Amino acid sequence: MKRRDFLKASISGAATLCSGGALARPNLEPAPNAVGMLYDSTLCVGCKACVSKCKEVNGMPAVIEGDWYSWDSARDLSSDTLNVIKVYREGEAEVKDRVENGFAFEKRSCMHCVDPGCISVCPVTALRKDAINGIVTYHADACIGCRTCMTGCPYNVPQFDYDNPFGEIHKCQMCNQAGVERINKGQITGCAEACPTGATLFGTREALLQEARRRMSLKPGEIYSYPRGDVSKPHSLYEKPAPEYQQHIWGEKEAGGTNVLHISAIPFDKLGMPPLRERSYASISETVQHTIYNYMALPAVVLGGLTYVVRRNINDDEGDKS
Amino acid sequence: MSEHRALNRRVVTLPFMLLGVLFLIALYYLGVRFVNGMGFVTNLNGGYAWGLWVVYDIVIGTALACGGYALAVVVYVANKGKYHPLMRPALLASLLGYGLGGLGAFIDMGRYWQFYNILLPWHMNFNAVMLEVGLCVAAYILVLLIEFAPVALEKFGNTNLRQKLNKVLFFFIALGVLLPTMHQSSLGSMLIAMGHKVHPLWQTLYLQPLLAVLTAFTMGFAVVVFEASLSSVGFGRPSETPLLSGLGKAIVGLIAVYLLFRFGEVVVQGKLGLLFAGDLGSLMFLLESALFIYPMVVLMSPGARSNSRLLLWSAVSMLFAGSLYRLNAFLLTYNPGPGYSYFPSVPEIMVTLGLVALEVMVFLYVVKRFPVLHGEKRA
Ligand code: SF4
Ligand code: SF4
Repeated sequence: MKRRDFLKASISGAATLCSGGALARPNLEPAPNAVGMLYDSTLCVGCKACVSKCKEVNGMPAVIEGDWYSWDSARDLSSDTLNVIKVYREGEAEVKDRVENGFAFEKRSCMHCVDPGCISVCPVTALRKDAINGIVTYHADACIGCRTCMTGCPYNVPQFDYDNPFGEIHKCQMCNQAGVERINKGQITGCAEACPTGATLFGTREALLQEARRRMSLKPGEIYSYPRGDVSKPHSLYEKPAPEYQQHIWGEKEAGGTNVLHISAIPFDKLGMPPLRERSYASISETVQHTIYNYMALPAVVLGGLTYVVRRNINDDEGDKS
Repeated sequence: MSEHRALNRRVVTLPFMLLGVLFLIALYYLGVRFVNGMGFVTNLNGGYAWGLWVVYDIVIGTALACGGYALAVVVYVANKGKYHPLMRPALLASLLGYGLGGLGAFIDMGRYWQFYNILLPWHMNFNAVMLEVGLCVAAYILVLLIEFAPVALEKFGNTNLRQKLNKVLFFFIALGVLLPTMHQSSLGSMLIAMGHKVHPLWQTLYLQPLLAVLTAFTMGFAVVVFEASLSSVGFGRPSETPLLSGLGKAIVGLIAVYLLFRFGEVVVQGKLGLLFAGDLGSLMFLLESALFIYPMVVLMSPGARSNSRLLLWSAVSMLFAGSLYRLNAFLLTYNPGPGYSYFPSVPEIMVTLGLVALEVMVFLYVVKRFPVLHGEKRA
């Protein structure tokens, strides 16, 4: 009898878990006024003006790796580098934007996901997404340094400062963190402002998506007027023949989409982008978690059953056990 | 009145002192970690945010500490009172294992001085699996302390309090079954959000919690079998084999269910080809599966179940199987992307060794001074 009770409780629990469909949480939707950036790898000349502007805005030192002292030579994101330009190189690396024997640039910084993994996994809500502009910010006063956000970010963006006994997480906050607040003040991000070619453009996600789609539809060699700065009110424009774009806007759909979009002439897996599906892992994780812990109902029922069973069994034993 | 006795042997022996040296080395490196920062003692990096400390001390360590959990289910839920003599040592090992997990979490926590934020409702993120793990492990450590309290009360002869505690103990025993089910399954769920970084053979998404809790169970049983057989060898006490062989049967069933889901998922999701890719992932999967299959096959025969040597080997195999399953998923085949690699540093290894040494020292002390082990007479 009692054993059956326990089994029943466990089976109904398992059934609830398997029928997760009813409670499934879909991908989140973009914020109503989501702002972001469009990075066009074919326009990037690898000058790293954006890297040094980013350091200036965030008050971070240059990182010197190897014997390259002329400018910041950080190779990857770190607690001192929130934005980095990486190089794709193949064979002789002779021609830009060619897969074989070619080279290309790729920007790495927080993608400001529509459905951010970092936010979903942080136990203490130290990462937050602005309800209006969709910017993902970090709040050290809440953070316990568990670094789950680093494991939950598909792009390895959050970086913990391991060399500091009182370290914190560092990531791009789209120049809108407390004390900087460029976006709230009507300015654009530092990197987009500094970019001489318009490879990094600032704007609303909607406007940037439209711009990216326009570029997708260009025939290779067709003259196009490329904006610099803010896509909706560029500070200047220049004309240039269009390259042969990959028909893929990174961030339109990947894992629920991102507010920072990338386009390129080289397939994104070659540029080191992760293999993501459309469904965000955050949404799957939350679906599983809320199916099991919906209002704590299941644990409460199981605890009730267990208490009953254990009590009976202890009383059964009363005779021979002290 | 109780059938449990303290061993009453000398505590400070040569092995005890050697363990002490290991612990002192760990203390030194911990000093460096807290004064200079984690980067000075660990090989953690931007891609590998979790290394040996999280994966061994917490993810594997708490599963190794599931003896008390597994046995509580058998003794109190399935009402097999004859296993009761094993309960106290199993509880003690669980308490120490989880204590080590809690300590490991604190040491690894980058902003440990704010750890209490996880207890403040306005900070809690109920979507985060990590919140569940943190709160639930903390609660379970308290429950284990309460479950173990009768031992200390018995030693100090406080019968009044002991009787009062006995009246409500059933509730804590029930909690002691529920809580590990919750956080052991959540340890699996943590892998879901890591997405593509987890090797496809270990990224089972919706099955993560189930596989984690099943392996926690097998490891819990394995620990009970292992510790009981070992303590009968090490302390020259009568063998508990007749009791243990019964557990063997349960183990066969558990592993069978686990393998069914494990291989079922691989087949249904069309990942069979990955088994024969000949890379690290396929190799590890096959090794891990072999370690699960060996004890299952051995323990299927009633003869083997009453052979203490075979029982011990099966237990060891299962301990390695469950540990490897976690190690593979969280670290060995974990791939954050190009440009990152991780292997634990010497200080990281020494800290983990030192903490395990501390755990063993406390275990030895407690069984020699408190009524934990079952007396010569069988109940
Ligand atoms: S890229 Fe990473 S850090 Fe940035 S919002 Fe997405 S999950 Fe968070
Ligand atoms: S390290 Fe900080 S921000 Fe990241 S998940 Fe942990 S508490 Fe949240």
